[in-house]
Amino acid sequence: MTLPRMEALLGLLVAALLVLAALSTPWMKFVLTIALAKGIAVLGILLLLRAGQVSFGHALYVAIGAYSVAFLAPSIPDAALLLPAAALVATLAGALIGLFVSRYREIFFGMLNLALSMVFYSMLEKFYHLTKGTDGIRVPPLTAAGMTLDRVTFEWTVFATALVLALAFGAFARAYLLSPMGEALGAIKTRETRLEFMGVSPRRVLLSAYILSAMMAGCAGALVAMTTRHVTPLLSYWTASGELVFIAILGGAGGVLGPFLGAIAYELVRVYAAATVADMWQMILGAVLLLVILFARGGIWGLLSARAGKGAGA
Amino acid sequence: MSALLDARGLRLAFGGVKAADGIDLSVMAGEFLAIIGPNGAGKTTFINMATGYLRPQAGTITYDGAEITGRPPREIVRRGIARSFQLPQLFSEHTVEQNIALAIASRAGIFSPLAPLLRPAWREEGAELLERFGLLPVARQRADALNEGTRKLADIAMAVALKPRLLLMDEPTSGVAASEKMAVVETLVRVLRQAGVTAVFVEHDMDVVERFADRVAVWSQGRIAALGPPAEVLADPAVQRDVIGIARHA
Ligand SMILES: Nc1ncnc2c1ncn2[C@@H]1O[C@H](COP(=O)(O)OP(=O)(O)OP(=O)(O)O)[C@@H](O)[C@H]1O
Ligand SMILES: [Mg+2]
Repeated sequence: MTLPRMEALLGLLVAALLVLAALSTPWMKFVLTIALAKGIAVLGILLLLRAGQVSFGHALYVAIGAYSVAFLAPSIPDAALLLPAAALVATLAGALIGLFVSRYREIFFGMLNLALSMVFYSMLEKFYHLTKGTDGIRVPPLTAAGMTLDRVTFEWTVFATALVLALAFGAFARAYLLSPMGEALGAIKTRETRLEFMGVSPRRVLLSAYILSAMMAGCAGALVAMTTRHVTPLLSYWTASGELVFIAILGGAGGVLGPFLGAIAYELVRVYAAATVADMWQMILGAVLLLVILFARGGIWGLLSARAGKGAGA
Repeated sequence: MSALLDARGLRLAFGGVKAADGIDLSVMAGEFLAIIGPNGAGKTTFINMATGYLRPQAGTITYDGAEITGRPPREIVRRGIARSFQLPQLFSEHTVEQNIALAIASRAGIFSPLAPLLRPAWREEGAELLERFGLLPVARQRADALNEGTRKLADIAMAVALKPRLLLMDEPTSGVAASEKMAVVETLVRVLRQAGVTAVFVEHDMDVVERFADRVAVWSQGRIAALGPPAEVLADPAVQRDVIGIARHA
């Protein structure tokens, strides 16, 4: 079985399981919507990882997406318009910032992204009259494509949107990675100068992926805002970016399903750990990361696909 | 015949080392020009300057009537000059096939919205190139798993995939097993002649030079010490003593 086919089948299977799980309890639906949103943001990070670049600041675009929803909601109180609007704002921000950061590599790339996300965090905190500072902004009830829905139906709508977007972005990312543009990302990682000698601008290759990743993170932010109905500067705090990178490693960078498996595992463990051993959550997180790095470099996806590969071979 | 590439008075020093110390050279359209000379003579430096990797401190390089001195590699490639490397520069995590495919896509424009439509044609072209270079058996192997000679061939195939008018090859046969060398060069020359490519190649094997070069330029300490048909130049006692003797034992 080819990798894209295996991913498609597993992806649909996971989607079906998520729907069942979301039906079980309302809080599960909430947790899984957030997990799907984060998975979409991490998918963007995965594209950059292909080029060997780690962004420690991508929460910036999640926050931009979320705050776009919060700022625009009073004038455009419809989710079907707010989502693309938020994606557009994040994409433009990604294009502008990308022009600058795509000149840098490795630690400089990572730290520049971190720095910019922290600048945005401080701005959200400081401009109280606009952003209400650390209190954050409440998102008013929204309509969906002109329809006024009750709370539960609206939540289901957001969940379904997140699921459909996750599948669509997953399929898109797979096609992208298999295209020459995606292969050129891997070339940046191993021998960037040769690309120059083939007439290709590595910067442009990275910039394209960067803009896509910003767009995905922006969508994620919009979904988070519509789910939590409350946005705060913490969305852009450096730990939020770290969380995304953590999920990327936990889920595994080898396939487009990894980010979603990682995000689901992360959110579920977090909820259960918070409920049972509240003060040990950070320790569990650290231990899991250690285990993944030591014993399962390919993350959850790596473990799964190795197993599937063995099954297919037998 | 007219000059396709014209270098005038190229100078470049690294600290006290004069890697190019007044290089004047015209490469004629359609010819195969060999560059020979001892280690450190500045052969690679010349290629680096001609492809925009290094900017000469003085002098000019003209290609096809336009000055290209100090232009970036990307622009120079698009004008039709490709190169291969003394140390193969492959995308180590990609397969041989993917390396070649990426070169073909680069030439055709990976940013082009038409890319998906062109892919079947690219795939065919890639298969043909792999076949010509005898790389089919290793097509699915990762580039970092190949032996030196095979990596060299893949490196050259990538440059050829760019369909250049002028191809600069830095020691194309080093690392290729002695028993296969002549066959490899023969194939390469056939491919290039068919496509009407002008070629400059740095070479340490005088048999290859004698057989395949129309002219040979002898590099020595950043200068061109002799230039002419192989039969004449290689017979020159000074060249024999200073270059061939040294190069053969280097
Ligand atoms: N980027 C560089 N920085 C410093 N010195 C350099 C650089 N490139 C070349 N040199 C020096 O310039 C001189 C010419 O080097 P070059 O690589 O052009 O020689 P070459 O003729 O290709 O030798 P070889 O046969 O060993 O490949 C050498 O002394 C080399 O050390
Ligand atoms: Mg050299």
